[in-house]
Amino acid sequence: MIELRNLTKTYDGRSAAVDQLNLTIGTGEFLALVGPSGCGKSTTLSMINRLENPSGGTVLIDGRDTRGSDPVALRRRIGFVFQDIGLFPHMTVAENAGVVLRILGEKAESIDSRVNELLALVHLPPEMYRGRFPADISGGQRQRVGVARALAARPAIVLMDEPFGAIDPLARDKLASDYRQIHNSLKLTTVLVTHDMTEAILLADRIAVMQNGTLAQVGSPQELFSAPADDFVRAMMDTPRRRAAALAATMAQPRPQ
Amino acid sequence: MSDWAGALAPALADLPEYLGWHVVLSITALFIGIAVSFPVAIASLRSSLLRGTALGFASVIQTIPSLALLALFYPLLLALSGLTRAAFGFGFGALGFLPALAALSLYSMLPILRNTIAGIESVDPAAKRAAVGIGMNRGQVLRLVELPLAAPIIIAGIRTAAAWVIGTATLSTPVGQTSLGNYIFAGLQTENWVFVLFGCVAAAALALTIDRLIALAEIGAAKRSRPRLIGAAAGLAIIVGASVFPLFGKVSARPIVIGTKSFEEQYILGALIERRLRDAGFETVRRDGLGSTVIFDALSSGEIDVYVDYSGTVWADDMGRRDVPGRRAVLDQMARWLRQTKGIDCLGTLGFENAYAFAMRRDRADALGVNSLTDLSRLAPQLKIGGDYEIFSRPEWRAVKRAYGLSFAVERQFQANFLYRAAVSGDVDVISAFSSDGRIRQYNLKLLSDPKAALPPYDAVLLISKAEASDAALLAALRPLLGAIELGTMQRANLMVDRATDKRSPEAVAQILNSRIVARRH
Repeated sequence: MIELRNLTKTYDGRSAAVDQLNLTIGTGEFLALVGPSGCGKSTTLSMINRLENPSGGTVLIDGRDTRGSDPVALRRRIGFVFQDIGLFPHMTVAENAGVVLRILGEKAESIDSRVNELLALVHLPPEMYRGRFPADISGGQRQRVGVARALAARPAIVLMDEPFGAIDPLARDKLASDYRQIHNSLKLTTVLVTHDMTEAILLADRIAVMQNGTLAQVGSPQELFSAPADDFVRAMMDTPRRRAAALAATMAQPRPQ
Repeated sequence: MSDWAGALAPALADLPEYLGWHVVLSITALFIGIAVSFPVAIASLRSSLLRGTALGFASVIQTIPSLALLALFYPLLLALSGLTRAAFGFGFGALGFLPALAALSLYSMLPILRNTIAGIESVDPAAKRAAVGIGMNRGQVLRLVELPLAAPIIIAGIRTAAAWVIGTATLSTPVGQTSLGNYIFAGLQTENWVFVLFGCVAAAALALTIDRLIALAEIGAAKRSRPRLIGAAAGLAIIVGASVFPLFGKVSARPIVIGTKSFEEQYILGALIERRLRDAGFETVRRDGLGSTVIFDALSSGEIDVYVDYSGTVWADDMGRRDVPGRRAVLDQMARWLRQTKGIDCLGTLGFENAYAFAMRRDRADALGVNSLTDLSRLAPQLKIGGDYEIFSRPEWRAVKRAYGLSFAVERQFQANFLYRAAVSGDVDVISAFSSDGRIRQYNLKLLSDPKAALPPYDAVLLISKAEASDAALLAALRPLLGAIELGTMQRANLMVDRATDKRSPEAVAQILNSRIVARRH
């Protein structure tokens, strides 16, 4: 369980990026943090594993204040999937997937077999992909390696920062649904940051909508649809439907040749 | 064709020794440069103060002309050695390897420092963020992510440093370190352009080879290509091994170290001493092309054992005397001073003087009616004088100017070869010259007399270090040289090395001189 209490982040001389945020993410839950660019959702995510230090408030993981543990040790216990994929270009697929185990000091043979499991889990046949470099595979495949890397040390929690944004749409939908299955089978707790409400609705158990560093509303997709707290949440929840309608209308019209 | 082959043969004979030292010196300096700069660069990533200081220091070093930097390390190490001797009872050799190594190591630092810092700073922030985000500590971020990604830039810095060091190492000859520079310095002095070219080409070829091997290692590491890595490592190992091997063969019981200054007469006399000592069964080592003060200090500190100096030089430079009491008195007082204050033994004079003198083209001197320095005093304001690099800052020049009231319209400095040509072509009217120089004959120059005896005598004297002064066999091998070389003989010998056609090597001329000395004694 992750508890954010009065979580605040301010940068010098600017208004708070995250302002007194309270949010609890249950064990085994898949929560999507959704909001427009600059709403503070990525900053909130980064404060969970102390990639950024909160200016105020606390983060509790399973009831323990994260300030009480070494940030490096904390980050090793939590999987992180990065927006721009963040694979190390000088390492092979296998080395990237196993790097967390390496920094934890595991033996080469055990890393080897674990990497094969991980690559199979994200649907990259190990014998085909182990020795390739990030530059030699597609964006979707790269982020599969990114997911494998995050899962290597069997974390209970996975944080994902716009993980599917840089991937072509077909590969993206497939990877997203593959990841949701992995989440279920490994009984993970996942926090997904995205600006794409469709993705959030399709994947998440609950959605937390953020605006200007504060939480606008938290609830299941159905709750947010049926009872939006304000116009902003309503507009956000409405975007997939509006796009679908616009799409249908456009397709129905004959196009000028 | 045969001319080239003939000139190349002696060059090739020295190649294993010169190249060997050059490789050992450059590679060691490069390793020290890396070993020092690399940690400093890493540490300075966290401290802008350290970074500014380190880069500033390395840049300042780079602005010091490399020849001066090398030369400065000799007195520095000599003083340091004196301190350690006083404090701990042991000193170290301030001549040769150490000053060259220290200067070259410093010289290699800037590109390694700069490129390491720039390389690590240029690593994609996303990669760094990912590294921290998955739980790497600071050391792991550096080792697993930043250094591998910065490697191409860091290695480019090392390649630059390698090229600089290998090139600059040719300048370590004047501080007594054998290198490929020996070809260049000896060649410049004796106008042996084949030697100069050979030294340059050899140094360039070495620099290029090392550069290609580092590049190969870099590609091998980046592409995980074991054959490339092995090839590069093997190449470096072969070069270092092949260079060190002949040097080890040479190291035996303590050899007699023969010093020479950097002009042709000294090379001939050095070769002559070497030939006589070898014939007497001694192991010998040459330290060629040493600076004038370096060589004297090296003899008194026992780093070289024997060389030929000139009485007037010791008198003025080392004893600091400005009076000129006459030839015999100068020799006697000098010998006593050398023995008492420096422990140096003056074995005796070789029989000729290589004096500071002033010369003019004969036709020009005759036209102006100049025979002596006295005649110059009224003409000097209309005349141009050329000198070597030393003369205008030497006490002899001040003494001559004062004695004869000389004040020339222009004073210009030349490298010795070009000095004589400048006199012949009329670029200057008067030049400083050395009385035993073969070119005075060759170019038909007139030596001006010194009626007021403002210049001290410059008898060639054989000086022996304290350590060897009691070696009877050594003294016996060298004694036949005393009084055996007349001025005309030395001039002709010098000319054989200097002249443009039918050029002889100093070794060949030394052999001719030696056979005459041997013949005369039988």
